[in-house]
Order: sequence, then structure tokens, then C-alpha cells
Amino acid sequence: MAKSGLKRDQQRFTYLLLLPAILTIIIFTSLPALTTLSYSFFHWTGFQRGSFAGIENFRRLFAFPFRDSLFMAMRHNTLVFIGILIIQTSLGILIAYALYRLKRGQRFFRTVIFLPVIFSLVIVGYMWQAMLDPFYGPINYLLHKVGWDSLALTWLGSTATALPTLVFINLWRWVGFPAIIFLAGLNAINSEYLEAAKIDGASEGQIFRKIMFPLLAPSMTIVTVLTFIGAFEWFDLPYVLGGSSGSPAGATDTLALMFYRLSFGSVDSGANEIGIGAALGVLIFTIVGIGAGFGSKYLRSREVQM
Amino acid sequence: MIKLFASKLFFRAILIFNTIIVILPLLFIVNSSLRETNDFARSPMKLASNPYWQNFKNVWAGGTFPTYMKNSLVVTGGSLILILLLSLGAGFVLGRYKFKGHSLILGFILSGMLIPAKLAILPLFIQLKWMHLLDSHIGLILVYTSGALPAAIFIMSGFFSALPSDLDNAARIDGASEFQLLRVVLTPLVRPGLAIVAIYSAIPIWNDFFLPLVFLQSPEKKTIMQGLTAFFGEYSSQWGIIFAGLMIAALPLITLYLIISEQFIKGLTAGAVKG
Repeated sequence: MAKSGLKRDQQRFTYLLLLPAILTIIIFTSLPALTTLSYSFFHWTGFQRGSFAGIENFRRLFAFPFRDSLFMAMRHNTLVFIGILIIQTSLGILIAYALYRLKRGQRFFRTVIFLPVIFSLVIVGYMWQAMLDPFYGPINYLLHKVGWDSLALTWLGSTATALPTLVFINLWRWVGFPAIIFLAGLNAINSEYLEAAKIDGASEGQIFRKIMFPLLAPSMTIVTVLTFIGAFEWFDLPYVLGGSSGSPAGATDTLALMFYRLSFGSVDSGANEIGIGAALGVLIFTIVGIGAGFGSKYLRSREVQM
Repeated sequence: MIKLFASKLFFRAILIFNTIIVILPLLFIVNSSLRETNDFARSPMKLASNPYWQNFKNVWAGGTFPTYMKNSLVVTGGSLILILLLSLGAGFVLGRYKFKGHSLILGFILSGMLIPAKLAILPLFIQLKWMHLLDSHIGLILVYTSGALPAAIFIMSGFFSALPSDLDNAARIDGASEFQLLRVVLTPLVRPGLAIVAIYSAIPIWNDFFLPLVFLQSPEKKTIMQGLTAFFGEYSSQWGIIFAGLMIAALPLITLYLIISEQFIKGLTAGAVKG
């Protein structure tokens, strides 16, 4: 096919098929995203736009009274990212390797391990709320039963345990996802490398550490970047279990929850602050964009070329 | 030899342990959904030896649940049809034709994949209000469609460009129009791609509660996941009802997953796993 050598009916067909899709994306994704940026430069009263504000909204976001919750939310997002990255990724690799070694029954275990990924976070959240209920939940029931009463905590109700508990619930829901990605990565490794190492007398541990793990780097890049994006846009699970204010006492507050409160108001903070909300939206987008962009560039440069 | 056996046992134990962790909470919900609330409150861990089906009847009879389910079906189904049609067309053009601006358009569509819908929510809210599409299923469907389209088009154009170009020429020589070429010759061949796109977009839409939370206000328009949050507030200590509600909300996807789990895994990891 020659370049731009489309016949007339092909040209018409091109417009007919591309325009609806492109217009939908422009109207409902691109324009609103760009408008968020412009919103952050104006004064707002409720949903009414006022005068030009320059960088006033960004300045106010980093000043009293928003400053404290902003930094606390940011700390939570960072902790969640680190926690998920370390726990979920290492468990994901472990499960993937266990699946990889399995000759029979792989399909069954794969199906079970991926099952929680299909659940809505609303269902996952309420299910674990019931599981962890201090009075009726099976977790504390069992802990009392075996005599570990001091461990039977109000998991979601106390400031010390709420965030780690949410990370655990997130782990339950998500770990199948990195596991499947790493399994695909393991399956993509050329078996000649492994055969050669085996002939040279390398042990299973050596083969994994020296050959398979480095070759998993592309999967690692994908998992890390997706984890970063997910952690800094974390909203659903904290909202279902802690409400828009990040109960208890803001212990599960995140940037996205704060963005939601500023944009649409909340029970305790009252009216919305669209300008500051938009400024926070731009900040989150910048963090995610820069983090994911540079992160994937850096990680990719460390990948081994096969 | 012993070491080999031990490591085999170790990895098998990990998988079995993981399976138990996944299954146990689900069994607890199933079991508790079949128990009367007072009976559950007395001893939460007992087996439902005498299934109390009334919970399910009560949830369903309240009237809101069937409405939530219907709304979710309408929103997910409507979005899915639009996403499949639009990505089939755009994927065909981008995968089969070469023309000026081709890479520019592809680049624009890819950039759409990077924009998180959550952060565009404020202008979207005001824009939908202005378009009289707030608190409407159509508005929600259009936003979902727009959010899923970039990835869907990307996947479809990949499937289209992988087909041999002889197909087109043969069909054209036989006098097929471009539309016939797409509909009769190529569409059946990209069905696996459509299946991936369908799962990739439909599951997150069915499960979503953030956009309905912001865009839908009328109780009779709420989707199932959004409705669940209201439902839990209403029946906060009626355990039997709550567990039955969770079951009803979770069952459609679990059933589908058990039938076509391979397609689910492939569809939901599309984009993250090559090939």
C-alpha cells in the first residue's frame, strides 16, 4: 500500500470510523484533563468560577490548613507504595515461581489465585470489614480461641493498624495480578539458558538468582510502574472502609481522598474548594506522570538485553 | 534428593496456603449469608446446617437491588457495545490503512491511556451538567467509553495489523466494498481481540463505584457497587441481609469467571503482558 494513497471510499471510511472514537476521547477525556489545569488557576465559589488567581491555589494548598493533611496524605501514599511494592512484589514472584515449577494443576491454582482480582473493591472492602469485625469477625474469634487475645485488635478502628490492614486487604485483592505477570515473564525465558546452566551444575537457587531473576526485569518494570500509579491514585479501598475523611482520625487519608473532599465537599469540612482541589489534581497527575515516566525509563535501562 | 523433594513440597505448600487464604473469606460470606441474623450474632462461626434462604429473598424483595443490578447491566452493556463498535472501526483503520497523520492519531490515542479519569472528574462533572448528562446513564456510558477506548483501539489495531494483507486484496478483487471487507472478512478473524477488549473494559466498569458516586444522585439510577454502599448504611447490623447482598453482588462475575477464567486472566492483564 502506497503512503496516503487511499482510494476515495477508503478515505471516507477512514473519517467515518475514526471520527466518532476520536471525538469521544477528546470530549470526555482530553478536554476535561486540560481543563483541570486551567481550573487550578482560578478562584472558585462552589461550582461558580471567579477571577484569575495565578498560583494562589497552589500556594494555599501548601499553607495552613491544607498543608498538614496534604503532607500526611502524601506520607500515607508513599508508605503504601513502599509496602505494596515490597510485600506484593516478592509474594508475586514467589507464587509465580511456584506456579512455574508446577507440572500438573497449574491451571487450577492460577484460577484460584487470580480470583480476587475480578472482585469489586466495594465487595472486597465490606467482606474484610466483616472478617475483621472485633465482635463477629472470624479473625479475632480465632485469635481469642488460640489464646492470643492481645493480638485480637480493632484492626480497622485504631490509627496504628488501619493503614497496614488496608495494605493487607489490597494484597489479598491484587497479589494474583503481579503473579500472572511474573509467570508470563518466567515462561518467556529461553529454556536453552536454563538447560546450559543445569549442565554446568548450577543449583536451582543459583539458576533463579543469576539467570531468571535478572531476566524478569521487564516484568519488574511493569509491576513497579503499575504499583506506583495505583498507590498514588489509591482511592476505592480507603473510601469504602474509612469514608472520604480517611477514618479513623485521618489514619487512612490519601491524596485522592483529599482531592475528592476538596472537589465535592464533605460532611466534616463542609463546602468544596474547587480551585485548590484542581491544584491538588494537577499535583497528583504530576507526581504520577513524573514518577511513572522517569521510573520506567530508569528501570528499563537496567533491564538485561536478551 | 531429599532437598529436591523438600523444595517441591515448599512451593506446593505456598500455593495451597494461598488457595486457603483466598477461599476462606469467601466461604465465610457464603456460610453467613445462609444464616439468620440473630443466630449469626450468637455464634458467628457456626456452619449454616439449616440454610436460611429468606436473607436472599429479603434483599431481592426490597426492590432496590433488582434496580441496581438492572442499572449496572444497562451501563456496562451500553458502554461495552460502544467500546466494541468504535474500537473495531478505529482499530481497522489504524491497523490496515496507511495514511498521512497515521502516527499522529495513534500517538494522540495512546496519550489518552495516560490520563487518569479520576483527575479529570471536576471539569467532567461541570461539563456533564452543562450537557444535561449529569445523573444520567448515557453520560456515565460516554465517560466509561472514552476512558476505555484508547486501550481498546490500541489492542484492536494490533490484532488488525497482524492479519496478512493478501486478505484485503483478495476481497477487493472479488468486488467487496471496504465495509464488506471489514464486516465479513476481517471481523471474524479479530474475535479474540474483541474478547480481550470486552473483558478488559467491562469488568472495571461493572466493578466501578467512583464515577457513579460522583455522577449519579437519584436512588433509582444507582449502580450495584454504588448501591451496595447505601445498602450497608441502611442495614448496618442485619448481618444475614448484608452477607446475602454481598453474595448477590459478587455472584455474576464469579460465575462468569469460573466459566471463562482463561479469557478473564488474559483480558485483565492485557497491556501488562506481551503476547
